[in-house]
Amino acid sequence: MHRFANPARFLRAAQLVLPWSAGLTVALLAAGLYLGLLGSPADYQQGETVRIMYVHVPSAWMGLFVYSNMAIASAVALIWKHPLADVVAKASAPVGAGFTFVCLVTGALWGKPMWGTWWAWDARLTSMLILLFLYLGHMALVNAFDDPTRGAKAGAVLALAGFVNVPIIKYSVDWWNTLHQPASVTRVGMPAVDPAMLTPLLLMGLAFTTFFVTLLILRVRSELAAAKIRAIRMVQVHGG
Amino acid sequence: MDGVLGMGGYAAYVWPAYGITAVVMLGLLITSLREMRKNESQLAALKQAHPRRRGRAEEGQS
Repeated sequence: MHRFANPARFLRAAQLVLPWSAGLTVALLAAGLYLGLLGSPADYQQGETVRIMYVHVPSAWMGLFVYSNMAIASAVALIWKHPLADVVAKASAPVGAGFTFVCLVTGALWGKPMWGTWWAWDARLTSMLILLFLYLGHMALVNAFDDPTRGAKAGAVLALAGFVNVPIIKYSVDWWNTLHQPASVTRVGMPAVDPAMLTPLLLMGLAFTTFFVTLLILRVRSELAAAKIRAIRMVQVHGG
Repeated sequence: MDGVLGMGGYAAYVWPAYGITAVVMLGLLITSLREMRKNESQLAALKQAHPRRRGRAEEGQS
């Protein structure tokens, strides 16, 4: 981790990873979409709406994964002051917000035919909505200061404080017995999801992960270039 | 093919779910790419315009 905290080294490593993460995303998406839409059966209770799960569940996983990533980067930024950690946190937030938004909308599109309602103030749904607000709050806060380092610090504190929401989302289905069904993929013991459905679900989960890696590389590169532009302008103004 | 497009009567829910996912993902990809290209070309132009500053500016960043 330490070695990649150097921006120049990160850019070199990112250059090697980028074609692989982009290529893997395309391949995994193609396989996941084929199996999810054509190569898997309809559910005996949910019918064809089960196919919404192949985008809903992976986007929920990514909403949580990206936020955890952001919280770790924020902790690293606050404790060790690594220059890259703030950049990673800032670059992650809009991507995490996108995944969380997709999770909420696809959930509503599944909820209407299956539960009979677009939305309920269920513990899982509500905590996921709070996650979206945390992402949006982070994006607004980071950009609210003239001095980017102050914005980054405020954002890091928010990301860490908001991390308390992540275990709440994860265990909300066990702590509160409301509408949203509990986890079935990670259930210990009897297999809760048939392999014909589990395979496309995991493929889509992997595709979303490699897509996140791809986006993160592009966005960190963008942020690093923007920081260098600021530095050059600063030298122009003050140094010459 | 009608079976797939019809989605067993749930086409009005399944296809919008995939559509919104695609729109958000593509939107993220396009804005990220556009922003990166804009910043990197701007940086390249600045470096070319001020070759003397280059070393100092990069030192300040690393």
